[in-house]
Formats: sequence, C-alpha cells, structure tokens
Amino acid sequence: MELTGAEIVCESLLKEGADVVFGLPGGAVLPLYGALSVYPAIRHILVRHEQAAAMAADGYSRATGKVGVCIATSGPGATNMVTGIAAAQMDSVAVVAITGQVPRPAIGSDAFQETDVTGVTLPITKHNMLVMDVKDVAQAIHDAFHIARTGRPGPVLVDIPRDVLLGDKTEFVWPSEPKLPGYKIPTVAPEAQVAAAADLINQAERPIIMSGHGVLISHAYGLMTDLAEKAQIPVITTLLGISAIPSSHELNLGMSGMHGMAYANLAIDEADLIIGLGMRFDDRVTGRISAFAPNAKFIHVDIDASEVDKNIKATVGMVGDLKAVLGQLLPKVEANVHIDWLQHINELKAQHPSHLVRESDELLPQYVLQRLTEVTQGRGIVVTGVGMHQMWAAQHCRFTEPNTFITSGGLGTMGFEVPAALGAQVGRPDVTVWSIAGDGGFQMTMCDIATAVEAHADVKFAILNNNSLGLVHQLQELFFDKEYIASQYTANPDFVKIAEAYGIRGIRVTRKDQVLDAVQQAMETAGPVIVDFMVKEDEGLYPFIPSGQSVKEMLEEPTLKEIT
Amino acid sequence: MVQSNHTEQHTLIALVEDKPGVLTRVASMFRRRGFNIASLAVGNSEQPGLSRMTFVVNGDDHTVSQVAKQLDKLIDVIEVSDITNKSTVTRELALIKVKTNQMTRGEIIQIVNLFRANIIDVGSESMVIEITGEEDKINALHNLLSSFGVIEMLRTGLVAMVRGQTNGLANGHSEQVNSSSNS
Ligand SMILES: Cc1cc2nc3c(=O)[nH]c(=O)nc-3n(C[C@H](O)[C@H](O)[C@H](O)COP(=O)(O)OP(=O)(O)OC[C@H]3O[C@@H](n4cnc5c(N)ncnc54)[C@H](O)[C@@H]3O)c2cc1C
Ligand SMILES: Cc1ncc(C[n+]2csc(CCOP(=O)(O)OP(=O)(O)O)c2C)c(N)n1
Ligand SMILES: [Mg+2]
Repeated sequence: MELTGAEIVCESLLKEGADVVFGLPGGAVLPLYGALSVYPAIRHILVRHEQAAAMAADGYSRATGKVGVCIATSGPGATNMVTGIAAAQMDSVAVVAITGQVPRPAIGSDAFQETDVTGVTLPITKHNMLVMDVKDVAQAIHDAFHIARTGRPGPVLVDIPRDVLLGDKTEFVWPSEPKLPGYKIPTVAPEAQVAAAADLINQAERPIIMSGHGVLISHAYGLMTDLAEKAQIPVITTLLGISAIPSSHELNLGMSGMHGMAYANLAIDEADLIIGLGMRFDDRVTGRISAFAPNAKFIHVDIDASEVDKNIKATVGMVGDLKAVLGQLLPKVEANVHIDWLQHINELKAQHPSHLVRESDELLPQYVLQRLTEVTQGRGIVVTGVGMHQMWAAQHCRFTEPNTFITSGGLGTMGFEVPAALGAQVGRPDVTVWSIAGDGGFQMTMCDIATAVEAHADVKFAILNNNSLGLVHQLQELFFDKEYIASQYTANPDFVKIAEAYGIRGIRVTRKDQVLDAVQQAMETAGPVIVDFMVKEDEGLYPFIPSGQSVKEMLEEPTLKEIT
Repeated sequence: MVQSNHTEQHTLIALVEDKPGVLTRVASMFRRRGFNIASLAVGNSEQPGLSRMTFVVNGDDHTVSQVAKQLDKLIDVIEVSDITNKSTVTRELALIKVKTNQMTRGEIIQIVNLFRANIIDVGSESMVIEITGEEDKINALHNLLSSFGVIEMLRTGLVAMVRGQTNGLANGHSEQVNSSSNS
C-alpha cells in the first residue's frame, strides 16, 4: 500500500521500537500529527515548551537505554529544542529529533517560520539530514536511529518539509540496513594493546579505575565491577558515571573532580595507574591537566577515537566498545589485593570525610538528600538540575542500580530537572523518579509540571530552595570579592501554591524534623508532588577545586572534622 | 589539551560522500574546533558519488591527529589519511594577472617560459598567466612577477596523490578503484 511521508515516519518509528514521542505541533509538522492520530501504538506526550520535548527525550533515553524521540514544528518549534539537543550531544545521549520544515518550493525564500534547522543544529548533533524526497523518508529514519544509538550515542535531527510529509505517496519499504558508507563502529581493541594494558594493571601498586558514562552506555558495569573486584582496584565515577557501581560497594570512592570527594582527588594525586573507562577526562574532572595524577600512567578506553589522546596522553589508549574490550582484558588481569593502597585510601577518607554531613540545627540541603536517600533506600531514579543541589545530589544520594542518576553534565543545562525527570519516569513507569531541583532551574521549565500531570508521571519534585542562583552566588563570594549581583531572588513564587495551581500536592519544609515525613508523604501520594525545602540559603558547596587548579588548591568544608 | 610544540605542514586526503552540505560540515568542524586550514581542494573522485578532498593543515602532530580523527568522525566522511610522510605527487594551479607595458612585456614572457607557465590572456596593460606545479614553484613565480605589479592572483589549493599502486587510503576501496578503471 502506498503511504504518505507522514505515515512512513510513523511506520518507521514503530519499526524502531519508538512507542513514546514528546512533542508540540505547528503548521509545518501538522501532517505528521495527522498521521500520529491514526497510530495509537505511538504514545504522544504533549509538552508545554519544545525545550522540554528534547530534554524529556534525553531523560527517557538515559533511563531506558532506548532512543528518545522528540518532535517540533519548523522555525520557533525547532529552535526551542536547540538547548535540549545540545545537552544530549555533550552527554552522548541517543535522541532522534524530527522537525517539520516549510514546503520544498518555499525553502530558501525566508518563508513563514522557515529556519535553516539543519544549519543551526549542525555543530550540536551527531548528524542531521534534510529529507527532500518521500522515497528517502524510511531510510532517513532508519539511519537516524542507527546513528543515534550506536557507537558513541548522540542526537540526530531529521528535518522533513511539509510537502514531503503530505505530498506524493509511495510504497513503504523498510530498508534492510543503514546506508552509511562512512560510518564506522569500533568494537574490539587490538590484542597487543590489551596485553599491554593488562601488564600495566598487573604491575600497578596504586591503581584507580575512573568509570564514566560510557560504562553505563555499553552496559559494561558488571564487567567493570568484576575488574575492580578481581584486582581490588578502587573505583571513582565521573558525574555521569555515578550509578555504575552501587554506592555501598566497598571499592566505590564516589565522584572525583571539581566538587568530588576530597579523598578521591587525593587518591588520584598518588595513583600510579589511572584506568579511564568510557570517560573523556573533562576539565571538571582533571582540573589543571599538568597537575592531574602526576605520578600515573594512563590506560584509556573509549569508543570515540578522537577522545583518546585528546586531553590526556594515554600510555595505552584503546578504541573500542567497553563491553568488548573489558571482555578481552579481564582474563589477562591477575587477581590482586592492593592491601596497603586500599588501607591508605581509607585513611585519606577518615582524614577528609567529605561524604559526611555536619551536625547543624539549620535545614542543610545535604541533610535533606541524606534523609531522602534513606527513605528511597537508593532505589528509583534521581534526576537533577544544575548547580549546588546537583553537586550535593551527586555527593549524598545513594544508588543501587545502573542508569538511575540522570543529570546534565557537559552542557550543565539548568531547567533539565523538570522535563528530564518526566521523560525518565515515562520510560520507567515502574519506579519513582525524584527530581532534585534548584529554585532557579525549576523556574526555567516548571511549565512542564502540567505535562507530568497529564502524563500521570510519578515524579516527586524536591526543590532545594535557597532563594538564589546558589552556585553563581558562591562563585561571586569566592572569586569576585563578594560582589553579589544577579544571583539572589527577592520574589520567588510560592511553590506550594504553584503545586496547587497544577492540581497536585505541595508540601513546604522549613525544619529538619519535617523532612522525613514530607518525603514519605510525597512517596505515598500518587502522581507528581512538589516539596519545597527552604534550605539554609548561604550554605557553601565543598569540596571545591577552583577552575584550572589542582588538588593542592582544593577547598574543603571547614567544619567537617577528621574522624578518628 | 595535550601539548607539543613542533609545528609542521601536513597534507591530509579524505574520501567523502558527494552530498549537499558535506563541505559545510567539514568547514564547520574546522572552525568550531579552532583548526586552521591552510588550503582545501575538493573535486570528484574515481568513484561515482564520492569526492576527494585534499587538506593542507599546519600544526603539531597532536593537533593534526585530532584533525584527522574529528574529520573521520563526520558521518559523510568515508576515510581520512595523513599522507605527509608518504611519497606523493602534489600540484597546485594558479592564475596570476600581472601589469604589463611595452617595456616589461618581453621580460615577463621570458620568465613565463622559464617556468613552463602559460599566458592565457593578454590585454594592453595586463596579462593573465597560468601556472601548475608544486607550491614552491608557484611562490617563486609570484615573487618574480611581484616587481611588475600583481593585480590579482587565484590559487586552487594543493591537490596530492600517493605514488604507486594505491589510492592513498588504508582500506583502499581498491575493488571500486579497479572496477571503475576497467569500465
Ligand atoms: C556544575 C557542574 C559541576 C561539575 N563538576 C564535576 C565534578 O566535580 N566531577 C565530575 O566528574 N564531573 C563534573 N561535572 C560534569 C562534567 O562537566 C562532565 O559532564 C563529566 O565529567 C563527563 O563525564 P564522562 O566523561 O563520564 O561522560 P561523557 O561526557 O558522557 O563521556 C562519555 C565517554 O564515553 C564514551 N563512550 C560512549 N559509549 C561507549 C562505549 N560503548 N564504549 C566505550 N566508550 C564509550 C564516549 O565516547 C565519551 O568519550 C560537572 C558538571 C556541572 C554542570
Ligand atoms: C541555562 C543556564 N543558564 C545559566 C547557567 C549558569 N548557572 C550554573 S549554576 C546556576 C545557578 C543555579 O541555580 P539553582 O537552579 O537555584 O541551583 P542552586 O545552585 O541554587 O542549587 C547558574 C545560573 C546554567 N548552567 N544554565
Ligand atoms: Mg537555588
């Protein structure tokens, strides 16, 4: 049977297993919505702002490992998605964005709502395409999904003119394979390199595994943990690698880097071997490169050849899929104990206990997270915004399962906390999603609370409300002579009333003794809940390695005492 | 970034899909990552649907290897090869419009002949010279003509080819090379 381009998009989405899409219609993409109305197998979630569609697709993808799909109309609809697409690109998230475009004859004429969307998104997508013939639609969608989810994942945008969606019909033929002669997907690493890496590991006295987002992406967390256990190597996770290994695991040192655990950074400083797995040695992780792990050799495994030797010169650099490469490596690694090294790290941890929360009568944000994670027992999914609350969540929330900590790392996109949490919950309806929100970021996307309500998404929004752009405020305190400007709010809305306006439960917490009860009540209430935690406003974020500095310049929380 | 300080000129060739926007993707990648292209030449290759690009890039080994990896990462780029240390033939074409008058015309013609260049247009007060050769040869001719007054110059950028039974690329795509040369 002959189908329209729009119908072919729907058929192709089903072939790719995309049963949920996030979007908002408009003129150029309306033919696709027309088709969606007769494809009930594809659930469409109507967002309030297209930025939320892209971020929800991102959260959905990170929570499920599937491709997240978002749809917008031409012009403003498409440009509204730009921030979400850029975030997915920076964090290697598999997203397919489908945008309507003005009809082919109008392209290039500055037509109504015409934006060169493939031009705009060229540097922030893994790939993009403008489909100019209905016969190419199925292949384009197939290629887009293939590119988005394989190799180093990333967003792919498919721009389709209105008259391609709703013009000539053609036979729907699902392509047998992608048509991408220039696209390569690395798998295994050369045996000689694997052997060299195993030698380095077997000889190391003070090794550390740095486990990144790639470990989660390639489902290599089991193998990574096997490696750590076999040779008794402590594991540090990057911000995006958190949840690859349970928080309770005795080899897990937590996050390192700018706001990482002090003892993790100190251990890196003394390490003689860093094993970087699926992580890209971001500047938040390394600080000043010349002072990073000055005594260490480096093994680096990444599926993207351009990441190897980019920031750090690897002693042994391997390009391949982590699951495959760890499979090659593991049998060659000898069992080991590293007793002295692990004991030394325990001493560092006792001397620099940045994982602890100090005693205080005030409502500390860290305390809120500690209680919250006690109630959830580290189950379910945590999504965050960007800022202090994000870092505290990374430091104090506990995790038991992979892919349960979702945060915007590379782009650091405020506002991520609402739509990404919604997307994650839609992808994982079996779990509760806690959105750890900043009062600043929350207000960037809180319009999409309505979307969560409509989608019956079980998302609990915990606003760590410090009445400020807290992270910026602290930067001004430390590095701009306390010249505070534009970092404090004087008229934040009443978030409990906001909840009520959306017809959901709102709870305000001002004292420590209310925290447990509020969290429990939120968990017991079906559907979205907003809990407004009025936390201590000027609480500082520590540890803190100032930008471009090293562990030698690390600032630690003054009041945390050595545990003896 | 990994630092090293030995800058030299590298020649890269890339086989790319002949699709709209390929040049934009390549140029955008160079601009975004702060790489400098000294020259870029594009044209059809021996294989239908594929173009060949020749890049001249200045940088240390680390930068140039990043350029090659980032190029290779582009979906439309099929293969990239740094042929700097291979035995190659390189050519560039230039058109040079030079001021002339009765006094200088003879001398200019002599120079042109010496360089085995061609005069392809003659006016009363100017002349257009075409020269093909390696970069140095074109530079030398340009230098000599400068004293007469160069009105306009246009250079195509370098094109390069590896000598011998190869098409310069690691994976070769040699089957296609053979079949297309037989046809
Ligand atoms: C306010 C703020 C503060 C921050 N502070 C810190 C901090 O203190 N510490 C910290 O760690 N981060 C911090 N970050 C986050 C930081 O900016 C980076 O986003 C993060 O470090 C990147 O982690 P990653 O390299 O593991 O993940 P990504 O950037 O997602 O990189 C993943 C890597 O894995 C590779 N990969 C993907 N799939 C595979 C596969 N199948 N096989 C092999 N490799 C694969 C990819 O090619 C890529 O190189 C902060 C961010 C913000 C916003
Ligand atoms: C979209 C966007 N704009 C600006 C910034 C810069 N920025 C980083 S953290 C931050 C403050 C965030 O405030 P809030 O959401 O309240 O979180 P807090 O730091 O107070 O916990 C700002 C403005 C950003 N990361 N993203
Ligand atoms: Mg705040």
